[in-house]
Order: sequence, then C-alpha cells, then structure tokens
Amino acid sequence: MKGRWQNSIHLIRPAAVFLAGLVLFLVVRVFVVPPTFGQFGHYRGAVLDEIRALPVKYAGQQACAACHEEETHLKSKGKHASVACETCHGPAAQHAEDPGSVRPGKPEETALCAGCHEMDAAKPKWFPQVNTKEHMAGMRCLECHPAHDPAP
Amino acid sequence: METTRREILKGAGLLLILGARANPGGAPQTAAAAGSYDPHQHLWAMTIDIDKCIGCGHCVRACAQENDVPEEYFRTWIERYEIDGSNLEHPTVTSPDGGKHGFPPSSETRTKQFFVPKLCNHCLESPCVQVCPVGATFHSPDGVVLVDESYCLGCRYCVQACPYGCRYIHPEKLTVDKCTFCYHRITKGLTTACCEACPTQARVLADLKNPADPVHAFLRENKVQVLKPHMATRSKVFYRALDGAVR
Amino acid sequence: MGPVPGVEGFMYPNEVELQWSLLIVLYPYITGLVAGAFILASLERVFRVKAVKPTYRLALLTALAFLLVAPLPLQLHLGHPERSFAMFLTPHRSSAMAMFGFVYLWYLLVVLLAEIWLDYRADIVRMATVETGWRRWLYRVLTLGSMNVSEQARAVDERVGYWITIIGIPSAFLLHGYVGFIFGSVKANAWWSTPLMPIVFLFSAMVSGIAAVMLLYMAAMRLQGRKLDMLCLDTIARYLFYVFLIDFSLEMLDLVHRIYEADESFRSLDFMVHSRLWTSQVVVQILLGTCVPLLLLASVLLFRFSETARKHIYVVAGILTLVGIFAMRWNVVIGGQLFSKSYLGYTSYKLDFATREGLLPAIVLMLLPFAILWVLVKLLPPWKPEEEGRDGVCAVAS
Repeated sequence: MKGRWQNSIHLIRPAAVFLAGLVLFLVVRVFVVPPTFGQFGHYRGAVLDEIRALPVKYAGQQACAACHEEETHLKSKGKHASVACETCHGPAAQHAEDPGSVRPGKPEETALCAGCHEMDAAKPKWFPQVNTKEHMAGMRCLECHPAHDPAP
Repeated sequence: METTRREILKGAGLLLILGARANPGGAPQTAAAAGSYDPHQHLWAMTIDIDKCIGCGHCVRACAQENDVPEEYFRTWIERYEIDGSNLEHPTVTSPDGGKHGFPPSSETRTKQFFVPKLCNHCLESPCVQVCPVGATFHSPDGVVLVDESYCLGCRYCVQACPYGCRYIHPEKLTVDKCTFCYHRITKGLTTACCEACPTQARVLADLKNPADPVHAFLRENKVQVLKPHMATRSKVFYRALDGAVR
Repeated sequence: MGPVPGVEGFMYPNEVELQWSLLIVLYPYITGLVAGAFILASLERVFRVKAVKPTYRLALLTALAFLLVAPLPLQLHLGHPERSFAMFLTPHRSSAMAMFGFVYLWYLLVVLLAEIWLDYRADIVRMATVETGWRRWLYRVLTLGSMNVSEQARAVDERVGYWITIIGIPSAFLLHGYVGFIFGSVKANAWWSTPLMPIVFLFSAMVSGIAAVMLLYMAAMRLQGRKLDMLCLDTIARYLFYVFLIDFSLEMLDLVHRIYEADESFRSLDFMVHSRLWTSQVVVQILLGTCVPLLLLASVLLFRFSETARKHIYVVAGILTLVGIFAMRWNVVIGGQLFSKSYLGYTSYKLDFATREGLLPAIVLMLLPFAILWVLVKLLPPWKPEEEGRDGVCAVAS
C-alpha cells in the first residue's frame, strides 16, 4: 500500500500546478470584474447611467413651445399640428440650451415639402400628395401654403 | 405575464376616463425628470402604424443625427414593399440607403405598395442577449436591449443571432451598435428621435407599465402584429396593418 | 435603388456586410482536426486497436499543435481581442460561445497536456538526465520535479492515462460538437439552425483529424527515412472510410430533409446552392471532397492493390478529404451569411489578402500548427530513435 502511494505521489505535482492556476485565476477575477457587474443583471450596472448621459440633439416639442409661442399656437390649429418643429427645422437641443449660440436654419422648402407630399403610390391614400411638377406650375410652395398652417 | 395583462387592462380603463391625447412628437407625458428616473417603473415599447407611414425618411435621418449612426449602417430604416396580387411569397422590397432620403416616387397602381419602418424590436426573449458571451448586451430593467460598448468584444455572435438585421459593427468602435430606443432621451421624459421627427405619428414610443399610455387603447382597438412571430422573441414593436408578405 | 456591389435582390441594410470571415472558417476546421486526431489516438488507448499504435503519440502531438492555434483566429477576428478575458471573468451562462474558453481549457489542460505528460514521463525523465544545456533544463522543468519512473509508477501513469483518455473522448466530442452547436443553435439563420449541426461537425471533425494524422504519419516516416507500417496505414484508412460514410450520410440526411420539408427558407437556400455556393458546395465539398475519397477508400477495401498503389490512393484520398472538410466549414460559415434573413436577396464575400481577416493571416494560421508540431516532435519524439517503427513504440509502452 505504501509503495503504491509513493509511486502515485508524482501525480500531485501536475494537480498542484492546475490548482495554483485556478486559485490565481479566482484571485485575479475578484479584482478585475467591474464593480457594478451584476447589479441589475448579467451586465455592468453603471452602463445604464453612462448611456443616459449621452448628449441629446433633438430638444423635443415642449422645449420649442416654451419660447416659440406664436408659431406653436399657429401650428397647433392647422394641418401640421402633429408635425414637430424639429422635423423640418432639424435638431435644436443646442439652440434650446443657449438660443444665441446656434440658430436652426430655414429648410429648403421645395425639397422639404416634396419629401413628404410628392405623389407616390406607396403612400397611404389619406395623405395629401401632389405631383409637384404639375402642381406647382413654377410657383413656390409657401406662396399658397404657409408652412406652419398650410391649409388648404 | 398575468400581471402584465392585468396592468394593460387596468391602464385601458384609466385611459377611457382620461381621454386620448393628441401630442405632437408623441412625447410620453410620464417619464420622470432626469434625476429621479426609476427604470423599474417603465417598460418601453413602440407602435408602428403602416397606414400612417409615408416613407419620408425623417426618422432615419433623425436617428442618424441623434445617435451619430455611421454612414451605411442603420439603427432604424424604412423598406418599401411592392406586392403583385396574391404573390405574397415574392414581394419586391427596396430600401435605398435605408430610406434615409426617402424613396423615388412610384406611379405603379396595379400593385399593392406600402412602407415598413424597422428598428430593434427590443424583444423580451432576445436571441442577441441570449448569445452574448460576456454580458455586453442586455435587457435593461425597463425593457430596452442595450449594448455596453466598453465591454463588447466585437465577436458578432449577436449580429448573427438577430432575426431582424438590427445590429451592425460600428466601423470605428469595432463594437456592436444598435437602436437604444434613445435611452438617453426616454429616461429624461423625451420621446425617441425617430418618433419626435415622424410627421404622421406612424411610430409612437410606448410605456407598457404606464396605465395612462395610449398604447393600451392602440393594442386593444387594432389588429396588431409583430415581425417574424414564429421566431418567438416576444418583440415589443407592435405593427398595425402589417401585411403578411413582410418579413 | 442604388445597387450595392455584390448584392442581388433585397438584403436588410445592415446585412450587406459579412460578419464572420475566413478566420471563422478556420476555427471549426482547426478544432475539428484536434478532436479528430485525439479520437484516433484514443482508438488505440481505449478501444485497443493495436494496429494504429504507431500513430498514437503523433496524433496526440498533432492534436496539441492544432489546439494551441485554435483560439488564434478567434482572437484575430474580435473587434477587441484585449477584452476577450471577459469570457472567463463574466461568462454569460445562456451563451453557447461563453463556454468556449472553459471547454477549451478543460480539453487543453485536463485532457491533452495531462495525457501527453503521463505518456511521455519516462522519456522526459530520461532526457532530463542525458541531455545537456538548455534542453536539460527544459526537460527538468517538464518532469515537474518527479524523477520516479519505476515500473510501478509507470503502471500508475498508464492507468491514470487510460482514465484520462476515457474522459477525453466525451471531451473531444464536447469540444467539437459544441462548435457545431454555436452554429446550430442560431434560430435566426435557417442555413445553420439544425440539431444535426453538432453531430455533423463531430463526424466531419473525426474525418478531417484521421485524414490529417494519416498524411502526417506518411510524411513523417518519409522525412525520417523509416518504413511505413502498412497494417497501421490500412487500418487508419479503413476507419477513415467508416467515419466518412457516417458523416456523408448525416449530411445527406440534412440535405434530403431540407429539400423534402421545403420550408420558407428553402427557395432562397436552394438558389444559393445553385449559384454562389455551387463550386464550393457541390463541386468541391460533395463531389471532389467526399464522393471521390469515399470511392477511393472503398476501392481499397474491395480490390487488391499493391502497397505503392495503396499509398498513393491514401495520399490522394487524404488530401481531397481535408480539402472537402475545409470546403464544408466554408460553406457553413460563409454560406450562412450570403443570403438575407428576409429570404429576398444575397450578398457576396470579398476575401482580402493582407488585412487582419484576410487570406495572408489565414495561411499563416494554417501553417503555424505544423511549425508547432515540428518543434513538438523534436522535443518529444513520438518514435524511439534507436529502434525502427512500431516495434520501438511498443517497447516504450510496454
């Protein structure tokens, strides 16, 4: 029995090497895993706040309405009531933050209007659409249809 | 599951009392101010009404601007379907530059045509989250599938696993990138950039845990469908008037 | 629609770019060689197929050489290789891929290194005493400080080695069946998603591993000017034939099933096989890489050939087999990304040369295991130098 033990003892050496590696890994793991990992689930909890902290570019309708009362009021009664300011004027968060710093540009009207209202068989039937070439007859859109209240 | 259903019904009841809203930009009224946001109080989803989409591309452009989406990659995009009669199996589908600059107008009236906006479905049983080897993509407590770009290996398994083609590898960051439902906006009381920019309210952000959200009425009053229901991913982007040919 | 180069029909816009490149083709190919080589080695050890004894150690070293290279194509392909350690730190239990690191380490440390160490211990101890210079030190380190190679101690090694091989067989199955599962479990991809995938991967792994060891054995004997053990070679070729037959049947079963069921993906996949995958799938994989070697191997069983003719047949069959299995990996990995998940269009794969995931690194990665094997054979000779062929090996083992 003793002989058998002596002739098996060399197997402990590779086992010890494996074990040492395993222990080293477990120790390293304690220090390397991000502290908030597992806070909410199998991910780094802190990432939620990191993503939330990303900058906003579109200020949102309420921010526009806070200052631009006249346009908001005009728009709210017309056919474009459901169209947000920034749909046509572009992202304006920076402008909302510091109105003097940037001014949202006036969009290029013909292209912008046609972008939605150009006649297309794929568009829903209820949506007002025209063949701009025939419809405009050399005029500009805004001559007949003020953008904020475009009716008829 | 049972509580969710009960909540939806309860919400619908409340809604009848409060009356529906007409809210430009579709901003949800209830998301708390930035500091006090509790993710456990929300469950974000989206509704898309095919009958309202005009294929203008405002959503794609707004998304790209808001989220610095690299050229030729898309967190949201629009497809145009064209179906000839009963031939549901062979629709003609196009999406030039993801519909970012709209579509060339069609005068073909003998076929059925419509637009389908697409984005991450923020599935409750997401195949992408399932396969991520390290926990770099995950379900947030408020039901949004997000990516931790500082933890992503860029192994691309999630890109393979998504049945809807919603993920891509960011060409500079070399990590996976996708729609976040504008998490940085919706947690501050704003709506997503795509919904903000949508001129017809074809797409509306919804909070399924908010009993006052019009989504409950929308789901109750319309026949709705999700994309690829046979994938059983429990998608949270609900389509109204979705044609059977759409895949 | 502005036509996107290489795209036909409709792809979801993010699908145009292929995600998994040639390097990911190498990964299942290399792990397959590992698993196959190990299973060949275990034939002798566990199933007592004495005829293949001359290749036992070579097969083990081949498995080790390829296993050491197996994670490299994965690392090279990652967007952030420096973060890959996260797979060990925070493995996601629901991810098939997360287990790769653990399966790999288990197989490398507990199975392969342990088995090689136990088998070579007597040689290592001997060389630690007879060698000089840095080699002496190397072998002394490899003894792990135990010089006991008494007959009883070797008997213990033999018994433990036997049990490790027994654990090793399911581990080899796990290693490669699991690689198949990584693909087979992607429900979004109709080309991959089949429960047959792990088992097809496993049998094709055995096929490629056996073919590789067979060729390596012939090459090594030639290089060292030794005589080939024809009984050994014939036996290996016979096993190759049987395993190949099972592999082919499984793949045909998958094919027939797909054709007969003809689900929503069928039309799209069928078109792909008849167009973009025609050469690599039908011509290279099925005809040249499977049917021809099967016929060659069968002819040896059916007819009498001279030794030289048999050798030539084995070389041709072996090379075609390795090419065929490589084509199979290519068709799975690349083929699975050529069609749109909308089933309405196809993209194409453009192989670069000297880029991170190009042809050049792939060639280097394919040559690397042979370089490692050369070093391993130098350090741990599979055959006794003073004696000839299998008698020598038998003498070591007994």
